[in-house]
Amino acid sequence: MGYKIQVYTKSVAETISIGRSLGRILSSGDVVCLTGELGAGKTYFVKGLAGGLGVIGIRGKGVTSPTFIIIREYKGRLPLYHIDLYRIGVVEDLRDIGMEEVIYGRGVTAIEWAERIADRLPDERIEITLRYEDKKTRLIEMTAFGRHHTQVLKKTAGELEKIADKR
Amino acid sequence: MSYILGIETSCDETAAAVLKDGRHLLSGIVGYQWEIHNRYGGIVPELACRRHIEVIYPITEEAVKKADITLNNLTAIAVTSGPGLIGALLVGVSFAKSLSYALKIPLISVNHLEGHLWAISLEKRVQRPFIGLVVSGGHTNLYIVEDIGRYQLIGSTFDDAAGEAFDKVAKVLGLGYPGGPAIERCAASGDPKAIAFPRALSKKKGFDFSFSGIKTAVISYVRDRYAISHVDEIPDVLKGEERVKADIAAGFQQAVVDILVSKTINAACETGINRVVISGGVACNRLLRKEMDLQTQKHKIKVYVPGPKYCTDNAGMIAWLGYKYYKKGIFADLRLNPDAQSSIG
Repeated sequence: MGYKIQVYTKSVAETISIGRSLGRILSSGDVVCLTGELGAGKTYFVKGLAGGLGVIGIRGKGVTSPTFIIIREYKGRLPLYHIDLYRIGVVEDLRDIGMEEVIYGRGVTAIEWAERIADRLPDERIEITLRYEDKKTRLIEMTAFGRHHTQVLKKTAGELEKIADKR
Repeated sequence: MSYILGIETSCDETAAAVLKDGRHLLSGIVGYQWEIHNRYGGIVPELACRRHIEVIYPITEEAVKKADITLNNLTAIAVTSGPGLIGALLVGVSFAKSLSYALKIPLISVNHLEGHLWAISLEKRVQRPFIGLVVSGGHTNLYIVEDIGRYQLIGSTFDDAAGEAFDKVAKVLGLGYPGGPAIERCAASGDPKAIAFPRALSKKKGFDFSFSGIKTAVISYVRDRYAISHVDEIPDVLKGEERVKADIAAGFQQAVVDILVSKTINAACETGINRVVISGGVACNRLLRKEMDLQTQKHKIKVYVPGPKYCTDNAGMIAWLGYKYYKKGIFADLRLNPDAQSSIG
């Protein structure tokens, strides 16, 4: 079992802010896998993550939902590949969207609905699980697998504590 | 005399059309794939690509035959090169390239969004400039359209596209795919005022949209009402609750329509451009068409909405722009590659 931290967020803005803290620390080749039901805030977490990576997006919006085209690429401090497996129905699809190329490339990869390919995720990764608590509240659980991703997550935890202290 | 063949395969529809002299649409064939994707509650890219490959030639052949010409009569081939699903686009682009090479006729690359903005031209002439709203499963974009090739993107979505919200809410409620018609059917017997869903960004300046919050509001509403612990339980708890389901669908549809209408009218009023064109799959929604008619009349804005067959993905709109670019001498070459994220404005 990997290193794990838990955070409660009370708004979309807070979810974005947690994502941003992680995004600032991510480095080349990192993989972030997101799990959580529809409406849990996965895309908004990635929006924050993209902000931390310096992604501007269309008219300053950062990332938008990739559901329609499955994979979107953004330019930031590092390239960000935002993948959405919501509509992936059959296994061959993964090759089709060039996912392995992306995961093992030099950018950062964020995968929504990652549980759909649980057996094919890289061994080294950060898993983000967003749990619906009530209308506004989400429990965000972040687990790191592998030495490098554990370092990244520990640093992120440090940053989150600093932010919490300031409040 | 010119015959332009249009090819469109950006998502789950395989389409081919023949346009004569830039005015007469001699044929327009669309192969739908709903039955293939329905059981997955959305488009499965791999299945869409395979289907495109199977049907692109027969559909093109049918379009040419229906136009009462042969492939040798074609003047040029226009193809959608993006945005869309990369694998799906690749089928159309590769096919168009081969055909252009074999027939030794020009190849023209057309942007899918540009196609939607001008689809109305297949039915009537609209004076420029106009405000264009492209609203579909993949896009919710507001443009100032100055002329062909001259666009200014003034609004887009922060998160989900409007059609995506329809698809996702339909899936949550267990209504099936495609979500637009499913929600519309279910909403018909509901009261749009029974449940108030939020109108995101409606008080904010600017023309941007957000639809992710409405989707989440629908989910929260059902969760709280039936005290359930996971979204996937919703279709089951709603079994037999036809009244509630209809009210949710009606309230949701009204919220989405209100946002689309108010932002579009604001754009027309603020820019002083009193012509509005709406297109894309969601433009088939009857409530949207009705509300848009009603509200634009109040503001003395003229609204143009193509018939449903030109709102959804079709190759006629691609052929129409193809003709315009043919006249301007703007051609692509055989190195043309699809671009899943290409944009205009």
